[in-house]
Amino acid sequence: MVKKGFTLLMLGGLGSILLKFVLDFKEKLALPEVSAHYVQNGPAELGAPNVVTSVVVTYRGLDTLGEVTILFAAAAVVGLLLHLNQNKVENRTEGSELLKTGSALLFPLIILFGTYVFLNGHLTPGGGFQGGAIIASALVLSILASPNRKIGHTALGILESLSGVSYVILGLAGALLTANGFLNNRILPLGEYGTLFSAGLIPVIYSIIGLKVGSELSSVVIGLKGESDEEAHQ
Amino acid sequence: MIGTIAIVTGVALVLIGLWAVLTNRDIIRMIVGFSLFDLGVHIIMLSVGYISGGTAPIIESLSDIGKSTVDPVPQALVLTAIVIGLGITAFMLTYAVNMYEKKGTLEIDKYEELKW
Repeated sequence: MVKKGFTLLMLGGLGSILLKFVLDFKEKLALPEVSAHYVQNGPAELGAPNVVTSVVVTYRGLDTLGEVTILFAAAAVVGLLLHLNQNKVENRTEGSELLKTGSALLFPLIILFGTYVFLNGHLTPGGGFQGGAIIASALVLSILASPNRKIGHTALGILESLSGVSYVILGLAGALLTANGFLNNRILPLGEYGTLFSAGLIPVIYSIIGLKVGSELSSVVIGLKGESDEEAHQ
Repeated sequence: MIGTIAIVTGVALVLIGLWAVLTNRDIIRMIVGFSLFDLGVHIIMLSVGYISGGTAPIIESLSDIGKSTVDPVPQALVLTAIVIGLGITAFMLTYAVNMYEKKGTLEIDKYEELKW
C-alpha cells in the first residue's frame, strides 16, 4: 500500500511538472540564432547538405568525440563484466532452415546498406551511428540463425581500436594544418556540392565512426550472447 | 500541430516508462521501462526543436538556403542521447546477466542485500 502510494506520488509529481510544460508549449515560428547560423552558413561553409551531420561532425565535433568515448567505455565495461564469470550457457536451439538461409542471403545486403548509410551521411538522413547500428544488426541476425557458432572478435577489436585512433589523428590534423582548429573538415577540398566525394573530411570521419560503432555494438552483442559448451570445445 | 502531437506522445511515454520502472518486479521489464522513458525524453527534445511548416534540415542545393527548416541542433543532441542511452541499456543488461548468474532469478524481491 505504501509502495503504491509512493508510485502514485512520483507519477503525479512528474506528470504535473510535465503537464505545465505541455500546456505552455507553442510551436516556434523561427529558428533560434545559433541554429539559424548553422542552417544558413553551414552548407556553403562545410559543403555538406545535411545540416545535422555538419553540426554533429564539425561544429560540435568535440562532443561527438566524447560520445564515441562513452560508447567505447560502455563496450569495454560490458566486455569486462561478462568475462569475469566464465559460466558457460547451455547449448541453444539452432535456428530453422528458413531463418538460416534467409540470414545468409540478407547478411551481405544489410552490411552493404549500413555502409551506404554511413558513406552518404553528409548527403542523406543517416550517418556513422545509424550505419554502425545497421551493420551490428546484421550480426544479430546471424547469431539468431546459428547461436552456437563461435565468432572470433579479435578482428573486431583491432578494427575498433584503429578507427578510434584514426578519428583522433584526423581531428588533430585539422588543428595542426589549419588555423580553424580541432576537427576542421576543410583540410581536404570541399568538392562539388551534393556529390559523394565532397564536404572535405566529413564522409571520412563518418565512415570511421560507422566502422567504430559497428564493431563496438557487435562486440557488445557477442559478449551478451555468452559462450555455449559446444563453442568451448571448438 | 505536429509539434503538439509529438510532445504529448513524449510526455505519455515518459510517464508510462516511469510507471513500468516503479511497478514491475522483473529486472528485464524495468530495463524496458527505462528504455521507454529514454525514448519519451528524446521525442520531447525533438518536439521542442520543431518549427511550424519546417522541412528536414537537408539543403539540397545552395539556392535553397533560407527556406524554413526545423532546428538541427536538438536533432544532433538527440542523436548523441540515443547513443548514450544505448550504452546505458547495454550496461544494465550486463548487470542483469551477472545478477541472474549469481542467484538464478531476475525477481527484484529476491535480492535482499540492500533492503531496509
